[in-house]
Amino acid sequence: MALYSRRRVLQGAGLLLASTALPSWSFAQDTPSGGRLIVAADSEPRNLNPAIVASNGVFFISSKVIEALAEADFEAEGGVVPRLAVSWEGSEDGLSATFKLREGVVWHDGQPFTSADVAFSAIEVWKPLQNLGRIVFANLESVDTPDDLTAVFNFSKPTPFQLLRNALPVVTSVLPRHLYEGTDIAANPANAALVGTGPFKFAEYRPGEYYRLERNAEYWGEGQPRLDEIIYRVLPDRAAAAGALEAEEIHLAAFSAVPLADLARISQVPGIEVVSKGYEGLTYQLVVEINHRRAELANVEVRRAIAHAIDKQFVIDTIFLGYAKPATGLVPQNAPEFYNPDVPQYDFDVAKANELLDAAGYPRGANGVRFSLKLLPAPYFNETRQFGDYLRQALAEIGIDAQLVNNDSAAHQKAVYTDHDFDLAVAPPVFRGDPAISTTILLRSGTPAGVSFSNQGGYANAEIDALIDQAAETVDTEARTALYNTLQEKVAEDLPLINVAEWGFITVARTSVLNVGNNPRWAVSNWADVALEQ
Amino acid sequence: MNRALRLVGRRAISSIPVLLIVVVGTFFLLESASGDAVDAYLVSIGGGDAALVAQLRQSYGLDQSALSRLWLYLGSLLRFDLGWSVGFNRPIAGLILERLPNTLYLMGSATALSFVFGTLLGIVAGAKPGSLRDRVLSIGSLALYAVPSFWLGLVLSITFAVQLRWFPTSGIETIASGKEGLDRALDIARHLVLPVSALALIYLALFLRLMRAGMAEIWRLDFVRAARAKGLAPSRIVLRHVARNALLPVVTMLGLQAASMLGGSVVIESVFAIPGFGRLAQEAVGLRDAPLLMGIIVVSALLVICVNIVIDLIYVLLDPRVGASEVSS
Repeated sequence: MALYSRRRVLQGAGLLLASTALPSWSFAQDTPSGGRLIVAADSEPRNLNPAIVASNGVFFISSKVIEALAEADFEAEGGVVPRLAVSWEGSEDGLSATFKLREGVVWHDGQPFTSADVAFSAIEVWKPLQNLGRIVFANLESVDTPDDLTAVFNFSKPTPFQLLRNALPVVTSVLPRHLYEGTDIAANPANAALVGTGPFKFAEYRPGEYYRLERNAEYWGEGQPRLDEIIYRVLPDRAAAAGALEAEEIHLAAFSAVPLADLARISQVPGIEVVSKGYEGLTYQLVVEINHRRAELANVEVRRAIAHAIDKQFVIDTIFLGYAKPATGLVPQNAPEFYNPDVPQYDFDVAKANELLDAAGYPRGANGVRFSLKLLPAPYFNETRQFGDYLRQALAEIGIDAQLVNNDSAAHQKAVYTDHDFDLAVAPPVFRGDPAISTTILLRSGTPAGVSFSNQGGYANAEIDALIDQAAETVDTEARTALYNTLQEKVAEDLPLINVAEWGFITVARTSVLNVGNNPRWAVSNWADVALEQ
Repeated sequence: MNRALRLVGRRAISSIPVLLIVVVGTFFLLESASGDAVDAYLVSIGGGDAALVAQLRQSYGLDQSALSRLWLYLGSLLRFDLGWSVGFNRPIAGLILERLPNTLYLMGSATALSFVFGTLLGIVAGAKPGSLRDRVLSIGSLALYAVPSFWLGLVLSITFAVQLRWFPTSGIETIASGKEGLDRALDIARHLVLPVSALALIYLALFLRLMRAGMAEIWRLDFVRAARAKGLAPSRIVLRHVARNALLPVVTMLGLQAASMLGGSVVIESVFAIPGFGRLAQEAVGLRDAPLLMGIIVVSALLVICVNIVIDLIYVLLDPRVGASEVSS
């Protein structure tokens, strides 16, 4: 086991971490209990309910209180381990899926947890209200509850169990039926003061200051949780998070709250370690979105030229300071179940890019410029903005004059996904364990304007659409995986978008925090085994 | 006293159209920004399908026209109802009441400190223009004034909080400490030392320079020579004749500064993670939360108007001519 884990460490992240992250979790068995863990939080979600808003910002806090049916795992078969469900099985025809639930679980208010809670959450919340559940459970018709510990999901169309299983950790946060039934679910007070079955109870929220979670003494996990309290301290300024860590006011800053540029320095501080493990299940992809309505960009040779103009290694070394990997295609390497390395590659080659553009009929004008473009980098991360600056220079090398338009989040959202007022955009989509959750939507045609993080570039390719639709209904795991392999080849050939890099976030923690990064969705998992060395 | 009351009444009435212009102006400014509250929310949740987007727009009231939303807002404002924040999903009045005290502590202490010390040092420098101490103070204050407040904040934080650990790096009080009464007040004071210093040091320079310049001017006037000829003690000339007359423009500046300190506190509140008013305004813009931003602006405008009324009253005390001319005009 140890060998396997170490291999994953080296695979899963850059070389830098090997020295810093060989982790304290190898000693997980006899760690001490108790204590208050203080963590930096950079935002305060408007709605804290993970069954309605399945996003990392919400999960970071809520996943400790409200549990899902299963959680991601490095070693387990199929990549998921039981939480509120103990076993699951999909039918041959893909029309039903059966979950056996955990016995003896109680809600934080003392009520027993049963299959009725799961049925209610699925039918009343995940399918109609949840941002991702609306996709995964689109064909869910009913949930039968033959007994208190069995839930049978019935689908109107074949639904691949592979997709369900991969989506379990993200889309199946279970809500207490007795608090939600017959109420306006979106406005229920329990969306703020969460009630769940998780290792921690929601205790207190002081807006602008902190969230406080308390140990759940009735938790089903033996000897868990180890901590008495978790406090999320709101620190919107990134320099403030690094300072608070150094001054020992907080123990941990996840999601790269400490900027990459500070990592080299802060890793030298005694008592602080930099961990890049624990984000394999939420890989972010650096992608160039293309508006295919532009005549020049509708030409595949031009898109290939742009791909050749990007020096991925430079992007990794200079922008991500080594904490990322070059992308080879649509699916990240962190998803070995689907990853297909045998697709066309576009090596950094400026001369070839220039040739392609000359041949495509876009010669350089008198001023050396072939044509001009509007480039909109997404403002969500430092790295997406910096890549926008880089891409502008890289395009200048091949005679394309890119004008940068920097917007804030709301304005970028509207410009790209509603108004289509862009030629190229830089986006950071997330790969969520299965291409059908949030990746194929980047390619499928026919998405109405206004749907964010989807194909709004006007790309329409019947062959790719057919592959996506077929995979969505293919129940057989192997056949489905094969379809996605073909999809990756087609995408690499036709370049509806250009995948540049893939990255996970960085956790900076005091060495006294044990079990950091021990599962692929660590920051958004339940932290039942996290402990503080006294 | 009657004179002062009438002044307050006049000022209060004349500030109503000012408030209205501020509200309508803010509304259209935010309306002209690209993207709305739903766009901002979608970014934070990682997107949603078309039906969800439409449903959100409807529940936020964004499917109505801008004018009807403005009209509704003004109507509720007349009933002293600040409305509902779509970004925070809470009533705005509560949100503002929660944040306002923190900013008032910060601004109040910073203004008081910078005014008191700025004026005192200004008197020290202006008592003998051209002397060595005048030069040292003048150059020092110029250097301080040139420093951006976020940088000063970061430097103070790294030096005194991270390295020396004399003060906490951030926050308004120790989190979940359960402190009460005097303990809590002391705790808040300790947390405010660095942010207040960062804010006050910069404005201190302004008051110092203004005071000093005013005094340098007044030394040349005839009544100062007359006072000297009368044989008054130098300290009495400095304080009662020169400094008192030089104080008028400084007090004017104090009123103007109250407004600009609200702006400066945005930066300082972010650097020191203080849940205050400035940070709330910044968040409201990012979230495209128009009702919240307008609520903040209305309350800030009220604050500035109140401060200016107080300043006018101080004028009346310092210079008997002020109120008299107002009444006779």
